[in-house]
Amino acid sequence: MFGAGGGTSSYKEAEDADVIVLWGSNAREAHPIFFHHVLKGIHKGAKLYVVDPRKTTSAQWADLWIGLDVGTDIALANTIAREIIHAGLANTEFINRATSGFDEYAKSVESFTLEEGERLTRVPASLIKNLAHAYATADRAQLCWTLGITEHHNGTDNVFALINLALLTGHVGRYGSGIVPLRGQNNVQGGGDMGALPNKLPGFQDIETDDRARLRFETRWGTSIPAKRGWHLSQMFDAMERGELRTLYVIGENPAQSEANTNHAVKLLKGLEHLVVQDIFLTKTAELATVILPASANWVESEGTVTSSERRVQRVRRALNPPGNARDDIEIICEIAKRMGHDWGHPTAEDVWNELRSLSPIHAGMSYKRLEDLGGIQWPCTDENDPGSQFLHGRLWADPVVGPLAPFTPVAHVPALDTLSDEFPIRLTTGRRLDSFNTGVQSGGFSSPLRRPETLNLSPEDMAGHGLANGEIVSVSSRRGTIQAPVLTDPTLRPGLAFMTFHFPDDVDTNVLTVDAWDPKSGTSEFKATAIRIDKIGNQADARNSSVQVEATA
Amino acid sequence: MSNGVAVSIQRTVKITVNGSEFTAPEGSTILQACRSEGLEIPTLCYLENLTPVNTCRLCMVEVQGSRTLVPSCSRKIEPGMVVNTESDRVQASRKMVLELLASSVDMSIVSDELSEWMERHQVDKERFGPQALPAQLGERETTHAGHHVRGDGTLAATVFEPVKIDNDQYVRDYSRCVLCYRCVEACGTDAQNTFAIALGGRGFEAHITTEYDVPLPESACVYCGNCVAVCPTNALMFKIEHDMRQAQTWDESRQTLTRTICPYCGVGCNLEIHAQDNKIVKVTSPLDHDVTSGMLCVKGRFGFEFINS
Repeated sequence: MFGAGGGTSSYKEAEDADVIVLWGSNAREAHPIFFHHVLKGIHKGAKLYVVDPRKTTSAQWADLWIGLDVGTDIALANTIAREIIHAGLANTEFINRATSGFDEYAKSVESFTLEEGERLTRVPASLIKNLAHAYATADRAQLCWTLGITEHHNGTDNVFALINLALLTGHVGRYGSGIVPLRGQNNVQGGGDMGALPNKLPGFQDIETDDRARLRFETRWGTSIPAKRGWHLSQMFDAMERGELRTLYVIGENPAQSEANTNHAVKLLKGLEHLVVQDIFLTKTAELATVILPASANWVESEGTVTSSERRVQRVRRALNPPGNARDDIEIICEIAKRMGHDWGHPTAEDVWNELRSLSPIHAGMSYKRLEDLGGIQWPCTDENDPGSQFLHGRLWADPVVGPLAPFTPVAHVPALDTLSDEFPIRLTTGRRLDSFNTGVQSGGFSSPLRRPETLNLSPEDMAGHGLANGEIVSVSSRRGTIQAPVLTDPTLRPGLAFMTFHFPDDVDTNVLTVDAWDPKSGTSEFKATAIRIDKIGNQADARNSSVQVEATA
Repeated sequence: MSNGVAVSIQRTVKITVNGSEFTAPEGSTILQACRSEGLEIPTLCYLENLTPVNTCRLCMVEVQGSRTLVPSCSRKIEPGMVVNTESDRVQASRKMVLELLASSVDMSIVSDELSEWMERHQVDKERFGPQALPAQLGERETTHAGHHVRGDGTLAATVFEPVKIDNDQYVRDYSRCVLCYRCVEACGTDAQNTFAIALGGRGFEAHITTEYDVPLPESACVYCGNCVAVCPTNALMFKIEHDMRQAQTWDESRQTLTRTICPYCGVGCNLEIHAQDNKIVKVTSPLDHDVTSGMLCVKGRFGFEFINS
């Protein structure tokens, strides 16, 4: 947020908040232990608002469920903003002192009356008003989101729309008030921290604009670094398509199953001249590889750190010896460097970390010893006397404000790109189930008493409308492909909305359907909004025992 | 600005325990105050992350002026309070509580701390006679209040019954259950808020159970295993540990304990990996880490098979 990509609050603050908004987040299932903190807040009297097209298990805990149509988040946020402004509930003092661009922002949301908001989102105006007033008048409010916000063609704009609300009400930079993206994997935040972003060096230092930072890295590494951003994942696939990217080195990722529009992604991966996959599993991507480098599991066969959604850097430790020829990631990378003519020696994880500390000011105070003693440290932590930062942007409350003002970013409502039509009338959205994880390579291994095979979940109304019974296998088509899946009645869905996970791609390859239109700012694909059609194929089967054939047409 | 510095200062209360006077923070319980001074009081149902429920009566102490012994886990300290944690009356009460429990419950694999207390008080589990044989599976659930048949005094009644094994992740061996409620609290408002288990039955037939006594897979259980994590008597046990104990391969002296971070979502839950022979045999979380407070979800707790295979 405002330069450094990380949630501004700590989980503990949810326990002490007055209003908690989960927007596009089913934390009860996707971040269960964060939800424990939310529950503590609820028991202490916090009001929970859940904004989600589905009435999820999180929404079932909410004081108010805001069931918007998929892809109308900006319309909802802008409507909330206009209502706050017109009701005189904007935090004018904070806006005047700590932000910039308010007038332009206010103008940009002016057309989003409650009536217009209801028309665009299909959320009753009274509910929008309720959320707007509760959020604006709360003393402490947490605004948290997950992939329901970011996995859209305009995911970055969605995030801006939410940040605007926090700035409008002053719900950032104070204990209990903040904006928190809940990360989906144990080191998504750490990847960003370490500069695994196209335009950032470690510690969120900009590779194009921060000449001094770049010079520090160049000096330390004895090399020159082009002041030019790299490609993000979706741009890499585009570059493969153009033939500009011919070699790919994949570490711990399974794009052959996790990318939207899978068939197309696999075709591009197959077309590479050289594909190196470094993983602990023989994934579908690894099956396509020229070279496979067996790695060790970074959370239990290796030493290092990861960063959580509250910016807390914590140690991972080796408890097991890796199997067979599997090697540590650091060792593999150093061996590759050696073959390229650079002898980096045999650094330990701590050696690498200490180099990072010398180059990334926000991590400088985090010695392994302190990480151990304090149970992790939240960045920024600039020296060894710094306890770390429970929340960010307290500077916005200093008078006068320290550092740059926080800018409003007006954003326009652009509906989902994969539009509904007579041919594809049903909106499919995707997500996780409690006991499973992403493409299932990790979670598929344990015998979960909760597990059931993939289904296409439909509202009771759509089940009746199509004359379907639970377990009946249907053909599901999008503009990109067709798969078959058993159907299941799901009362958390409204008519016209369908839900699938992507946990069982070997059985039901959901991502054959999803759209690879991606957000030009973040590169994230629009997994959350696919237009589909359901066709009966007259094949009756018990959902529990069905083995489902994938039949791709694209 | 004035020279005043805003510092939150915790008020303290002066008490006397076993003849020694000391101060402790206002609002502390007798147990917290004593433990902060290094004084030992045995507990069974008490766990620092759960609301005290006062069921086990093991932590009772004598407070001057109080007719009855008081539960130290929930009684708050007051200025000038005079407490005795080691009087003959307290010792007799502890021994009685432990012997009553041990006569009816299998306490053979309780925590080291509790075993030590049982040894110290020379607990005789057969003080009330030889132990009655186990009930049939399901029998205790169907015995309702008023159905209890009074024994003839030759056998001590027991809660013994066969182990309930109805899923691949944890077993319920209620022969070992002392009804401490920790599992109910962890499943309820103190942590998980799933409310899959509660107390069923009355009197001696009281037992921890699911709604309508259904098997776990038909209940609201989401397999977070937090009930297992807080159980002090191994009545709830992870299936791997249960199977290894049956096969006599469970050997804590060969196990290592390593703290790391969960490989799933981005919350950053601390895991304690219990490994034996280069395999993960159990996953717990530290009670004193403020991300988890010892609690995990089904993936963090059980989702490690991919690493063992």
